[in-house]
Amino acid sequence: MKFNALLRRTPEWMQNTGPHRDIVITSRIRLARNLHGELFPGWAKKEGRFAVLSKLLPQLDTLPELQDAFIEDMGSLDQIKKQILVEKHLISREQAAKSTGSAAIINPEQSISIMINEEDHLRMQSIRSGLDLTQAFAVLDRVDTELSKRVTYAFDPQWGFLTACPTNLGTGMRASAMLHLPGLVLSESMNKVISAVQKIGLAVRGLYGEGTEALANLFQISNQHTLGEHEQEIIARLEKVIEQIITHERNARAKLLQDDPNRVNDHLGRAYAILRYSYVLESKEAFNHLSMLRMGSDTGLLPVELGQLLDTVLVEIQPAHLQIASQKKLNASERDVLRAQMLRERLQQLPEPRLM
Amino acid sequence: MQCDVCQQHPATVFLTQILKGELQKVNLCEECSKAKGVTDPTGFALAEMLWGLGTTDTTEAAPARERTCPACQLPQSIFRKSGRLGCSQCYTTFRESVHHLLKAMHKGVQHVGKSPAGWTQPPPMEERAPLPPAPAPRLQDLQQALQLAVDGEQYEEAARLRDEIKRADTP
Repeated sequence: MKFNALLRRTPEWMQNTGPHRDIVITSRIRLARNLHGELFPGWAKKEGRFAVLSKLLPQLDTLPELQDAFIEDMGSLDQIKKQILVEKHLISREQAAKSTGSAAIINPEQSISIMINEEDHLRMQSIRSGLDLTQAFAVLDRVDTELSKRVTYAFDPQWGFLTACPTNLGTGMRASAMLHLPGLVLSESMNKVISAVQKIGLAVRGLYGEGTEALANLFQISNQHTLGEHEQEIIARLEKVIEQIITHERNARAKLLQDDPNRVNDHLGRAYAILRYSYVLESKEAFNHLSMLRMGSDTGLLPVELGQLLDTVLVEIQPAHLQIASQKKLNASERDVLRAQMLRERLQQLPEPRLM
Repeated sequence: MQCDVCQQHPATVFLTQILKGELQKVNLCEECSKAKGVTDPTGFALAEMLWGLGTTDTTEAAPARERTCPACQLPQSIFRKSGRLGCSQCYTTFRESVHHLLKAMHKGVQHVGKSPAGWTQPPPMEERAPLPPAPAPRLQDLQQALQLAVDGEQYEEAARLRDEIKRADTP
């Protein structure tokens, strides 16, 4: 599959169909694996990384789950294409910084993506719409089990899957969900939620993982510990916590609508006006207004079908997506103009919110 | 107000951060703040801040001959610095250091999740004596776990470890 074909296809996770789709945008599982007898990518020489690539590619290529996949060496992707994959959550920022000797493999539905020679030989990801970590794991577990029959993983009976960094030992699994929590942010309860979540050994981060700020009221919740707990236990614990957060978010939204409808109306009305009629829009501002529209659509003040459009637009207004759409490199202020234009066009049919 | 680091000079630089949902304040004198890179935004390293505070002397005497992984030649000092190992054999070479680290880092020290398909025995080279039960994490292990947390930008975890180091270091 070529890059342009991949780009044209809407990823499965953006179709906004999963359980609790009004609050949970995506569920993701990541597994870290290494090959027995090969140096880890960060310490290996170029030849070592190529040796790992040539061991893994033919095996991955023939997996049924990766039929017609997009397969590319990082050295043959330009900056914008790499950034597109980051914006679509298909590769990490670290992988985007890599060059030849590292690779990305992505299935056409963009529900499975595999990075070769990132921090570990293999970083495999499964991503789904809504809260569905169990299914996301089941899909990736099949890929992982099949692959483990074809290559020898570095594995230790005491420490599990051996990873370049000991923080990933054991299951090598990071389970995470992306939550949209405008209700908790507006009612100033988010800090309480964050500290409660951290107390039980889970991590809260912004939109693009480690060290990024929360834009558009989007928060990623994931497990921190990988050793000493079964995959299913980690997932069950995480899902339980997320379900509680969902309940809190629904309550916060209901309370806001009841106690302070003018405040909600104002946020929503401004978001509607600015996104439909402005000519220069920075991404942060656009993100935050789109978050308000999504909350409007999830609480019945805007048509519910809007959810999918908004999730798609949230990705399309990001720098690399804007640049590839205009087919040239743009500076930040050119992007702000194009972003506003794109939003005006995409939201042209948007009906006025039914304010209270 | 005195500097939190040297406890000698008056504090003139006040750093406020939100860690783990709590406000953390650090007061530094001009010299210490420069030494920690606080006044220079490009050089500001949270790692250094967290490492330096509450611990008296974190530098260890370098061993006469540094241990190196026979399989991949990774020296132990690189592992300590980067927190990354060079190959799966490193886990045997630096087994004890890793073992100490894990206690501060994970839920347990025994893997209980899935194994590779058809996995039965470890490869023969991994013959080894059983390890004693994991002791309470040592100061240097906590410090290394802290370094890893900071590198991974897990600042909440870093704050927790920093507090643990403070407690462990206070007699």
